[in-house]
Amino acid sequence: MNLIYIAIMAAVTYCIRMLPMVLIRRKIENNFIKSFLFYVPYAVLGAMTFPAILSSTSSIYSAVAGTITAIFTALKEKSLLIVALSACFAVYITEWLIYIIAPA
Amino acid sequence: MAVDTSLNCYRKGFRDGIPIGLGYLSVSFTFGIMAVNTGLPVWLAVLISMTNLTSAGQFAGINLIYNQVPYIEMALTQLVINMRYALMSVTLSQKTDKSFNLLHRFLISFGITDEVFAVASGKKSEIGIRYMYGLITAPYLGWTTGTLLGAVASTLLPETVSSALNIAIYGMFIAIIIPPAKSSGPVLKVILISVGISCLIYYLPIFDFISDGFAIIICAVASSALGAVFHPVKEEVK
Repeated sequence: MNLIYIAIMAAVTYCIRMLPMVLIRRKIENNFIKSFLFYVPYAVLGAMTFPAILSSTSSIYSAVAGTITAIFTALKEKSLLIVALSACFAVYITEWLIYIIAPA
Repeated sequence: MAVDTSLNCYRKGFRDGIPIGLGYLSVSFTFGIMAVNTGLPVWLAVLISMTNLTSAGQFAGINLIYNQVPYIEMALTQLVINMRYALMSVTLSQKTDKSFNLLHRFLISFGITDEVFAVASGKKSEIGIRYMYGLITAPYLGWTTGTLLGAVASTLLPETVSSALNIAIYGMFIAIIIPPAKSSGPVLKVILISVGISCLIYYLPIFDFISDGFAIIICAVASSALGAVFHPVKEEVK
């Protein structure tokens, strides 16, 4: 039963990734499409991050603290890992402070 | 043609994939915890990660398994949430050099995740098949190992720690998009438009019928199209 669910998940996800890669084997020459595809990564990642990041932790305050920390360290051009861990650390500290100030 | 200078080295790819793999550890760790918390055995949680290699789709998937929805609903949800990969595959299909034959395309497609895509598409030159296999290795290991560890440790982790880990993936996304946005005005504009639409869809009740996965497609297509109309890319990025 659960294995069927997993097989469906895997098959659908794989086909989405595979079909364009296998079917589009020539270089696209159209400049609009090329420009469009150039912007896609940034647009996708931006939309996936905001506003979802604000509800990714157990409190909006810690999420804001984590977001600001991530933006700040990213502006400093730190590595992916450093940015991610800094954000986690900021969230952890903030939630700890909230707990100290107003224990649940 | 940039074929001679293209990136086709397994070790180089592997090195570029290490930060992704480490980043995946925390996210898949969280996935492992959640999967076990919904009642799945550890081996099924790991099997999902080994066969799917995607975050949003898997999180949605375990929720649907928990609710025992009809199979068609599972298929449609995965289709909508993961449709963005089609966009990424189209983009990557334009960055590949001649070493990508049909068989390699079938194999490599499996490993196209948001972050693998972000790193591969950010390369200046065309990419070769060895680089691509290298790039995918560490993320795949990180994703499956993290799931296993999370599933096994699920009962041991305090809530504050798992809450903090949830933000890791978004931190990575921010780290990927901000440096190029700093040096390119058009990229910054596209990101801001995309984020703006995303917030509208999220906060305005009239858009409640739009699923999260589909919202991403709308944002990406609209803002990238605006970018392409008003700031066409002059020199081809290969």
